[in-house]
Amino acid sequence: MKKINRRSFLKGGLAGGAALAATGAKTASAAQDFGGYPDSMGVLVDFTKCVGCRTCEAACNKEQGLPEPEKPFDDQSVFDEQRHGGLPRRPTEKAYTVVNRYNIVGREHPLFRKVQCNHCNEPACLTSCFVNAYKKTPEGAVIYDPTVCVGCRTCMIACPFYVPAYSYSSAINPVVKKCIMCYDTRLKFGRPPACVEACPQQVMTFGKRSELLKLAHQKIRQNPDKYVDHVYGEKEVGGTAWLYLSDVPFDRIGFDTHLGNQPIINYVKEFLTVVPMVLTIWPALFTGFHLLSNRKDAKKNEETKS
Amino acid sequence: MKTLQAQGVKPVDSHLQANGKPWSVKEKLLLGLTPKEYIAMQVRNPFNWLLWIIYAVGIPVLVGRFIFGLGWVTHSSYEYPWGLFLGWGLFTMVPLSASGFMMGTTVELFGRKDFKPIERLGLLNGLLGYLFAVMFLQVDLGQPWRLIYPMFVSLGPAAVLFLVAWHVATYLSCQVAELVPAFSEWMGFPKAKKFIKSIVLGLTVAGIILSTLHQGALGALFTYAPGKVHPLWYSSPFQWFHFFISAVFAGLSMLIVVSTLCKWFLRWRCDDNFLKNLNTLTLGLAKGASLALITYFVTKIIGIAHDGDWEYLASGWGQWFMFEMVVGVLLPLVFYTVAIKNQNASLARFSAFLAVFGIALNRLNTALVTFNWNLYQEIPHWREVMIVITVYATYIVVYRAILARMPILYTWKEQKQ
Repeated sequence: MKKINRRSFLKGGLAGGAALAATGAKTASAAQDFGGYPDSMGVLVDFTKCVGCRTCEAACNKEQGLPEPEKPFDDQSVFDEQRHGGLPRRPTEKAYTVVNRYNIVGREHPLFRKVQCNHCNEPACLTSCFVNAYKKTPEGAVIYDPTVCVGCRTCMIACPFYVPAYSYSSAINPVVKKCIMCYDTRLKFGRPPACVEACPQQVMTFGKRSELLKLAHQKIRQNPDKYVDHVYGEKEVGGTAWLYLSDVPFDRIGFDTHLGNQPIINYVKEFLTVVPMVLTIWPALFTGFHLLSNRKDAKKNEETKS
Repeated sequence: MKTLQAQGVKPVDSHLQANGKPWSVKEKLLLGLTPKEYIAMQVRNPFNWLLWIIYAVGIPVLVGRFIFGLGWVTHSSYEYPWGLFLGWGLFTMVPLSASGFMMGTTVELFGRKDFKPIERLGLLNGLLGYLFAVMFLQVDLGQPWRLIYPMFVSLGPAAVLFLVAWHVATYLSCQVAELVPAFSEWMGFPKAKKFIKSIVLGLTVAGIILSTLHQGALGALFTYAPGKVHPLWYSSPFQWFHFFISAVFAGLSMLIVVSTLCKWFLRWRCDDNFLKNLNTLTLGLAKGASLALITYFVTKIIGIAHDGDWEYLASGWGQWFMFEMVVGVLLPLVFYTVAIKNQNASLARFSAFLAVFGIALNRLNTALVTFNWNLYQEIPHWREVMIVITVYATYIVVYRAILARMPILYTWKEQKQ
């Protein structure tokens, strides 16, 4: 290895400083909020149109090469299924999206709600992952690299929507399984996800997230009696790529309406700011304590020496 | 061993036998007994029978976990991705092992040499606790062979778990180094001991930094789940501090508990220096623990006030919370104080058992019981429980084996050569 002398150190330092000055010309902003990629895509889901045909589930299964389900996709009895604690169906390692039925008193038909990854602007799964397996692509998808996953499952703890599933059944290669918005096969090429394209009722609209938000609010304005005045996903946990319109209050169809508008990472930042302080202050502080509390011994040592 | 001592057998405590011949490593490992005597001693101990029963059931289950996957031993829950392996093995074991850095700080940094007789027990309790926390983690990770990925393969430095992984790894090596002196005395490598002595201050300060951060980070891991943990057990600005400060009294109380168990069950291995000083030292540790307890209690209340969680105290969860605070925090605090005032070491010991129970309850409450308080309660699978018992039994076996051999509870007698 080349030995670093004073001269080469100075040279390196100067070069580094110059490089920093060159790249540092970024526009400064008041707060370090990410807020999402400007041109990212999204999907607007209008629950008032969904009839619960489960075509989207079938399309997802085919597109993602998932195993054949126990009950066929035209079997309506799955809507009566209940999991532990009376919870409705949820995305699993074998199904990245599911449709659930909600019987609403006073509504002509039951409401059907599709569940899948919401593709957050600032995903909690991504920020909690200690091997950086997750990536938010500029197109808007939150994708995942299974080849580096250690299986700590912190992302499942962190996800406010309980989306990531885990292939517990595998002993050799268990990984996280979730909707990737068909990134590899479709989104990358500008095409809508399989579920969106397959829907016979046009429940879902694919487009730029910013445009979809305008569309959603326009729909609410034009039909104020029909829709609840809330686009779920516009602000929740920092905004999500998937946006929802409903004619039934969101908390009655299984949405968590208490998530707040801050991205999950904001709650963790309070600790993260402590880290550099402890790292820099503690060594001097505690060595100082040591010198203080041992000053008598040190004095004695000096006296015996002289 | 008690029976053997009655017959006049003296355990190994120096390099030379009574007749002047040096002990071989094998003889040291057998505690200076003949193989026959050693086996007879192991069979005589009823605690070992219990261990055999645990292993008879537990080892097949543990092997099964690696053959059939996590799905075979747990409920494969997507809502409760962390179960007992981490709830007990990581979140409870790590604070109970904070004694290592506490004793290092007391003796080496603040120069309280009077704690020397119990320093090594504190360090060992720390090392083994962390080591087995990693074992529990290895059982829990989906792909344990990728444990080093966050270190070298794919780095996610902004994640709290990244910090935990690095700190626990660095701190483990730090603790191994701190215990090298005990090992070097036993093996007869004086140079290693000298070297560690020269860097001990650096090791101790490193231990404080790493412990502050990773004990806190274990709490901060739950700040990723603000809506999932019940508000009484959650506070995003204070979570890391609650976990850190409670680790201080957890580590000290655990050290009192372990030293008490040694006094009861490993008395033959303790020398006079340890036994005579133990009552005074227990009260010394109790002082430290009570200071941490009152700090913890006050910051807990500040946390509730800051987040405005008072109304939850009136709910069922609130009663559970108050039970935890009274039994696990206030009672130990009161008992410790009375014990210190009346110089009553037995009461301090009782209080330590309570505090250890309290900390286990707090960590399990945060990680499992109140987690998903809006959904449903998860009862761990029996195989999951069995594996936890098996790994914990191994922790006890290793702990006991080291205590019986290395100069932790007794002072090694050095011979002039």
